[in-house]
Amino acid sequence: MSEKKPERRKTRVPMPEQDPGVRISNFKEVPLGYTPEQAREEAGRCLQCKKPFCVEGCPVNVDIPGFLRLIAEGRFAEAAQRIKATNCLPAVCGRVCPQETQCEERCVLGKKGEPAAIGRLERFAADFERENNLIRLPTRADATGKKVAVVGAGPAGLTVAGDLILLGHEVTIFEAFHKPGGVLMYGIPEFRLPKDIVEKEVEYLRRLGVVIELNQVIGKSITVDELFGEEGFDAVFIGVGAGLPRFMGVPGENLGGVYSANEYLTRSNLMKAYAFPEYGTPIVRGRNVCVVGGGNVAMDSARTARRLGAENVYILYRRSREEMPARAEEIHHAEQEGIIFKLLCAPLEYTGDERGMVRQVRCQEMELGEPDDSGRRRPVPKPGAEFVLETDLVIVAIGSGANPVLTKQTKDLGLNRRGYIIANEAGRTTRAGVWAGGDIVTGSATVILAMGAGKAAAKDIHGYLCGDGQVVQSPGSFRQ
Amino acid sequence: MGKILHKAELAAKIFEYVVEAPRIARKAQPGHFVVVMANERSERVPLTIADFDRQRGTISLVLMVVGTSTMQLSALKEGETLYALIGPLGRPSEIEACDTVVMVAGGVGTAPVYPIARAYFDLGSRVISIQGSRTKDLLFWTDRLTSVSHQHIITTDDGSAGRKGLVTEPLRELLQADPAHRIACVYAIGPAVMMKACAKCTEPFGVKTVVSLNTVMVDGTGMCGGCRVELRGQTRFTCADGPEFDGHLVDWEKLLSRQKIYSQQEKCSLDRYVEQWKERHE
Repeated sequence: MSEKKPERRKTRVPMPEQDPGVRISNFKEVPLGYTPEQAREEAGRCLQCKKPFCVEGCPVNVDIPGFLRLIAEGRFAEAAQRIKATNCLPAVCGRVCPQETQCEERCVLGKKGEPAAIGRLERFAADFERENNLIRLPTRADATGKKVAVVGAGPAGLTVAGDLILLGHEVTIFEAFHKPGGVLMYGIPEFRLPKDIVEKEVEYLRRLGVVIELNQVIGKSITVDELFGEEGFDAVFIGVGAGLPRFMGVPGENLGGVYSANEYLTRSNLMKAYAFPEYGTPIVRGRNVCVVGGGNVAMDSARTARRLGAENVYILYRRSREEMPARAEEIHHAEQEGIIFKLLCAPLEYTGDERGMVRQVRCQEMELGEPDDSGRRRPVPKPGAEFVLETDLVIVAIGSGANPVLTKQTKDLGLNRRGYIIANEAGRTTRAGVWAGGDIVTGSATVILAMGAGKAAAKDIHGYLCGDGQVVQSPGSFRQ
Repeated sequence: MGKILHKAELAAKIFEYVVEAPRIARKAQPGHFVVVMANERSERVPLTIADFDRQRGTISLVLMVVGTSTMQLSALKEGETLYALIGPLGRPSEIEACDTVVMVAGGVGTAPVYPIARAYFDLGSRVISIQGSRTKDLLFWTDRLTSVSHQHIITTDDGSAGRKGLVTEPLRELLQADPAHRIACVYAIGPAVMMKACAKCTEPFGVKTVVSLNTVMVDGTGMCGGCRVELRGQTRFTCADGPEFDGHLVDWEKLLSRQKIYSQQEKCSLDRYVEQWKERHE
């Protein structure tokens, strides 16, 4: 190596952001992205480890040192292409992956300073390539004549489609909504993931030859049996997500102005209710908003309510800050935007006015007891400790369950006790020719884990389609 | 898919569309609904499937103009295509042969009632239909409903056709005149207040009463929970568990207030839409 090494900075190059005071009144993206100079400087911090732990930390094993080196050398489009060899949605992952618990957590630089800003650089490379029209389509393998149906155009389905189309199979995605993207469209807000970026990533798949049929609810308009029958598919991948909102079952939860996070975010993100009445879908705009839950979806809901004009937005979470499942960055951004965290409390009851709209929430204060099954300390009610908050909008963000629309209509598809599809590491279900992955297998998780499941399934489907068509059942390895 | 093959104005502000939808027509059953969008910016609107033709691959939808979204839909012409059409959604009607069934249709509710009445008629049940409307000019599909009914009663609020009064009056008389309990079931489909009144009317007689709820919805597949309804304290999703429910179990007050969540915003939106429409046409 070179004799005189320049002093390596211990901290990462900061990424410019919209000022909190400005951004709470718009839906534009919060982090503004690196300039080419900033990206090169940050990428140059990478030690180019011989045994890169970061790659092991990535669910889809992106060649991280490889693309960081290309950025450091100013070869930005090549960097994007390097990522796309294993990840067909880099502009999305660069924005919404929990890098701090994956690639960046394993980065050696993190031992004596801050880890390389892998997520920011992934985003930079993908944005640079797209904005400068440098996207090159990889060559497809020779046509195999096999047809694969992908159910759900979310992260898992898009990944399966992206991988299998390159391997020469015909791929059709069936999507229930009128826009592809799944949770990327309906769940994650514009200010965290601009929808035109999702559209461009989907467009890339279309250009590769993936066919997307919108407004098709598999299990309703077409069954899985028909996909194999008259529709003529050789394999089916199910990636329908965990689209069943959970409620707490406390009194008053069906008052007007009490939403599931699914509904609130779908109205705002997919239907663009924030631009009502230019867009036709209305949404309740609260002055005093309570969001129940402590995950990323709760943060997204709270920050959306803030942008829709709320004066006070409270996060009601039953455990303490340490147990909050939201990403550190999301919590940080929420705090910057003045979201008020009411920890160790849970709603007991909502009361409404004569019009049936929610007006108050009565809360129970909690304290932490012994650890529960999840290893986190169980919240227990503090006897007699209650308080009341005035509220005119409540968003229940306590997770979701398995939506039965498809699974109920599909025979021979093994489900676990909670209604999720049973699948092994390769995504194989109990039904021959059917794979599944993403939240409908694992329960609510992350975009990148769904993509990882999609990758594994695509590989296995390819082997199945190119082999003798025999599915070897190995129920012992199925994840329950 | 979604192309409008035929459009007819059945009555003032009530339109029938015959829409090309082979996949939906193949699966459609009485009681099913679809979700439609007029254009990319529109709301998703649930509409009950009023008829279907599996051979021709079409479904019929009947739409009453009540706000911006329905007005946008009503502006679509023959040959144009719905931006989105999704279905069939919900659970179909549970139709079993029985002695007598009373079908109560209020206003635009005639459309969803028709295929259910036809199914009972085809099974050999005696079908008595009560078709109610504000006034004579708003009645539609009287011929169709008559063709699948052994007895057909019309009521209007102003007496301009049939009996003057509400649908609950002949309904009560039919039940009172049925000591042998031949009436196995009553269907009541129409505005929520009318369905509520019918359920209250039949409750003392202990006759099963099925209603088809028209709640607010977004996705229509059980994903958002916006359509939730309480049945004796149990929460159900209209889109996935319904849209038909036992009318005696429905918490009507909660349903009616949930239907009004957006009434102010809907009014603003409609005023704006009408204003813009006028500007464009001046």
